[in-house]
This record gives sequence, C-alpha cells and structure tokens, in this order.
Amino acid sequence: MLDKNGIAKRIAREVKDGYYVNLGIGIPTLVANFVRDDISVEFQSENGVLGMGPFPFEGEEDADIINAGKQTITTLPGASFFDSATSFGMIRGQHVDLTILGAMEVAENGDIANWKIPGKMVKGMGGAMDLVASAENIIVAMMHTNRAGESKLLKRCTLPLTGVQCVKKIVTNLAVLEVTSEGFRLLERAPGVSVETIREATEGALIVEGDIPEMQF
Amino acid sequence: MIKKTVADVDTALEGVKDGMTIMLGGFGLCGIPENAISELVRLGVKDLTCISNNAGVDDFGLGLLLQKRQIRKMISSYVGENEEFERQMLSGELEVELTPQGTLAEKCRAAQAGFPAFYTPAGYGTEVSLGKETREFNGKMYVLEEAFKADFSLVKAWKGDEAGNLIFKGTARNFNPCMCGAAKITVAEVEELVPAGELDPNEIHIPGIFVTRIFQGKNYEKRIEQRTVRKRN
Repeated sequence: MLDKNGIAKRIAREVKDGYYVNLGIGIPTLVANFVRDDISVEFQSENGVLGMGPFPFEGEEDADIINAGKQTITTLPGASFFDSATSFGMIRGQHVDLTILGAMEVAENGDIANWKIPGKMVKGMGGAMDLVASAENIIVAMMHTNRAGESKLLKRCTLPLTGVQCVKKIVTNLAVLEVTSEGFRLLERAPGVSVETIREATEGALIVEGDIPEMQF
Repeated sequence: MIKKTVADVDTALEGVKDGMTIMLGGFGLCGIPENAISELVRLGVKDLTCISNNAGVDDFGLGLLLQKRQIRKMISSYVGENEEFERQMLSGELEVELTPQGTLAEKCRAAQAGFPAFYTPAGYGTEVSLGKETREFNGKMYVLEEAFKADFSLVKAWKGDEAGNLIFKGTARNFNPCMCGAAKITVAEVEELVPAGELDPNEIHIPGIFVTRIFQGKNYEKRIEQRTVRKRN
C-alpha cells in the first residue's frame, strides 16, 4: 500500500517530456517533487503563472508571487505571468497537456465530485470545474477509500458533481485504474496489494483481465 | 493625454452607494485593492454585491467588510479561508453564488469586451448549469453564461501613470486586468504612480481607456496567506 508520496511518485511517471501540467492542491502538488530531471516540463498554476519553481528560500518570499494554493513560490527561467482569463484560456483551449487533481468520489463512468459536501463543507469549486470540463488528459490522485473505510470509486457519485464523464485515469494508494465504458479497468497493483483487496475496496464495476502487474517506479 | 488621476481614495470612490454591485481584483490576498477596501469599510456602505474570486480572511481583505455585515451577496469561486463567511452563509445572512473560476474571469472579460454572454464547458452536468441554457458544439456540451453587470470595479496594479495605463506584478495580476472597464466606473490603485511618458507603451498591460480613476495607494500590507519556504543547504 502506498502513502501520499508513493501515489505522487507513480503519477510522476505519467508526466512526459514537453508537457504543460496543472497540479491541484494536496497529493497532486507532491508530483512535482518526483518528475525526472532529464525531461522538460512546465507547471501551470491557474492563478496566473507558467513555469513554477520550488518554494523560495527563507527571507526571499514575495507576497506577489504565489500558487493557486496561496503558497509563496518561485519561478524558473522561461516562466511567465498572465491574467485569470488568459490562464483559463490555456485550460479551456486544451493547451495544458495534463491535469492532476484530487477527488472525494469518482464514478465508473468518469464522473468526479470534489467540491462540496452539502451541509458540511461549502468552500467552492475554484478552478476545478473548468479544468475537468476542458482537459483531455485528467488523472485523479486520491486514497482508494475515505476515512470511514468506504470506497471512493463508486457506481455513481453521491456528492454534487464537479464534472461529468471526464476522468481518464486514477492512481490510489492501492492501484492504477483506467476509466472505460464498462467500468474501472485495473492496470496495476500497489506493491504487496492483492487484486482481492482492490476488489473489496472498489464499489464500482472493476474489470480484471489477466495478470495484473505491480507498479513500477 | 486624458488625465485619470484623483487625489486620494475618498475621491476615487465617490459615488459608491448602498446596494451597488462591486468587482474587486485579487486572488486570495494577492493583488487585492487594500486602500479601496479600507475606504468601503470607512464609508459604511451596505447591501453590497461583491464579485471577487475569494472573500479574504477573517481580519483582512473582504473579511473586513463581512465583519461589518456590509455584504449582502458574494459571487466567488472559492471561499474556504474565512470562518465568518461560512457562519454568515450557513445562517442565511449572506447570499453566495459560487462560480467556476474560469467562468468568473470570463464573465468579467465579457463585460469589458462587450460580449453579453458566452458558452463554456465548465459546470456542464453540475448544479452550476441548473436553469441555464445548454448547447452542443462539435459533439461537446456547453453552458451559456452571461457577462457581469457592475457599478464599480476596484483593482490594484503595481505601476500606473496619469493616463491610467497599468502594469501588474507577478501573480498579483490575476483578476485585476479582466475587471478593468468591466463596470461603469473602474478605480485603479497603484503602488507607484508616475507622470505620463515614464512607462514604456510596449510594457503596458492595461491601457488607460479601461480605467476611470487612478490614485497612489499607501501603506500596503501585502499579507501572505501561506508562507512556504525551503531551507538553504
């Protein structure tokens, strides 16, 4: 079973040379730490920066340079700043190659819910609805089950949706899965995790064909 | 040269009244019009509808207006950093219209650029699209969203000149350029106001035609919400 860094490390393998990538808040943010340094990648933050770098050294923080999580950041050579409409133009116009975000629930048809728990949590969708409605290539990074031990990979989402039929791939602490017209197709198991464990933790339809390999990092 | 400078924030906000719709630039606390927000608090105007990506924190930014119950309705994409906001929303004192961030930005730009509405894929099939016209283009579904209509737009820039030309810094740019000229009156506050001719026309982000009044801001606090740093080796 993987921890959050393990999930991020596996997703980093999906990041290819020449990609512009938008990382959501939480586990997705960690992906930047594991991207191979022999490929060229630029990270976009929807508040208006392309070419995000690491956090600044102590004392070099600039209140005018933050990411979408409102954290102080730096920029790398080749970076650019732009306004919010231009930023979402990049996203809706499908100029961003890969979107990685977290989720509360994913359904077997690719629906995603990650912005609201009625009566409990109403923080807003931020840029998530624009991202999931537009991106060609969306990977969800999340734990396979919630804190109560219930599956987050469902037949149908129970929470208000963020987007419909948009998720392509899911990487959890247990598995890598692909969304197909028949349901979640199991691609890889986390080290030491059995197909049976994954089946028990998946409420939606799980398709298992042949031997399922362990994840490689 | 058409001069846009006014002496101070009092003059800049002349005409702001109860019940108005006001756009405010900024993302989190980054690039917010600090001087104009303080002036709204001082004026005590009420029943405002505020269009702003976020709602500040409890004791800074739009949180200051929320504390004084000056806001009736907020139109935002993310409001997670403010307990007072959550309390007023859950108790029904405050009306909230949550809007996808890209849609929010485009509703500003549409108002600026003279488009009454536009189609976006964001929010299709979710509660955001309820009651809105939807339409298929090239096999994909889109939602019709209308341009904002606002009385005042309050923005913050880094540098500006007497003609109202603006230059922004870093990610403090965010919604500010999209809101210029998107309301009946646009008020820009700047960290550095210079005479016309000092800014290179090639470097201008927003031409002065989109700005009604410009003033030299003061005492910028520029609070950081999440101070994240790394250690030197």
